[in-house]
Amino acid sequence: MNGVPLAAYLALGMFMFATGVVGVIIRRNPIVIFMCIELMLNAVNLTFLSFARYQFNQAGAMDSQGAQQSMVAGQMMVIFVMAVAAAEVAVGLGIIMTIFRLRENVDIDEMNLLRG
Amino acid sequence: MVAGVEVTPNLVLFGGIASAIAICAVGVVALNNPVRSALCLVVNFFLLAFLYFTLNAETLGVTQIMVYTGAIMVLFLFVIMLLNLGAPLVMKEKFDLKKVAGGFMGLALLAVAGAQILPGLVGFTHPKAVEGYGAPPVIGTALLTDYAYPFEAVSILLLIGVVGSILLAKRRI
Repeated sequence: MNGVPLAAYLALGMFMFATGVVGVIIRRNPIVIFMCIELMLNAVNLTFLSFARYQFNQAGAMDSQGAQQSMVAGQMMVIFVMAVAAAEVAVGLGIIMTIFRLRENVDIDEMNLLRG
Repeated sequence: MVAGVEVTPNLVLFGGIASAIAICAVGVVALNNPVRSALCLVVNFFLLAFLYFTLNAETLGVTQIMVYTGAIMVLFLFVIMLLNLGAPLVMKEKFDLKKVAGGFMGLALLAVAGAQILPGLVGFTHPKAVEGYGAPPVIGTALLTDYAYPFEAVSILLLIGVVGSILLAKRRI
């Protein structure tokens, strides 16, 4: 989208990241903490994609092979972040369900043992 | 308004989508009921996919809708329903001085990072990437040539995730 400065996308990503950090600090429900981690990952994805689109360090070198590679590099990073997030959510929610089955309580302040 | 940036319909549209995303992000943290938090996050991810489309990254926008709002958030809602965390009074979070401190830390993070990063980038208003840089053929070619080893590593990671979640869901560990 033309006419939108790069700084606007970065500011939005920064706000989402800070919101996720605050959520991880202040919430005690592990599922909401997971959601805040997803929020942070998505903020980083937005930053990767906006840098990939604006190419602010490749002034006037659009035909070179380096420019071509740096164009897809950001998007590749986003794909891998999404894959890692999917694996992380599957295992993390499994752990939370196991803890709930053992203790009937999912308050994160009371989870202080590594064994059930 | 910052000098050098004129108000165009594109900018107004971006402002609308961005403020909706910001409100949903705050809603995820601020709402007490986990189901409401999850629904805020669904709206957030969906609008974020719109922003990916405005950045001409069509493939990743579609992937965002399928993977995040389609798969991951369904998993979240499924677990919330299964654990019955949506019912009120299951888990009351009391007001705490820690929460105020956490909010201030977030504001401080925003201020420090913003003051360091944003001023140097104000002048960049025109994207330089060529048209069609986010089209599926470009992504697929890169994924199977230059990024073949990371791609295979991701498949191993997902296999480990599948095995781990099956193991965790067993009746007796």
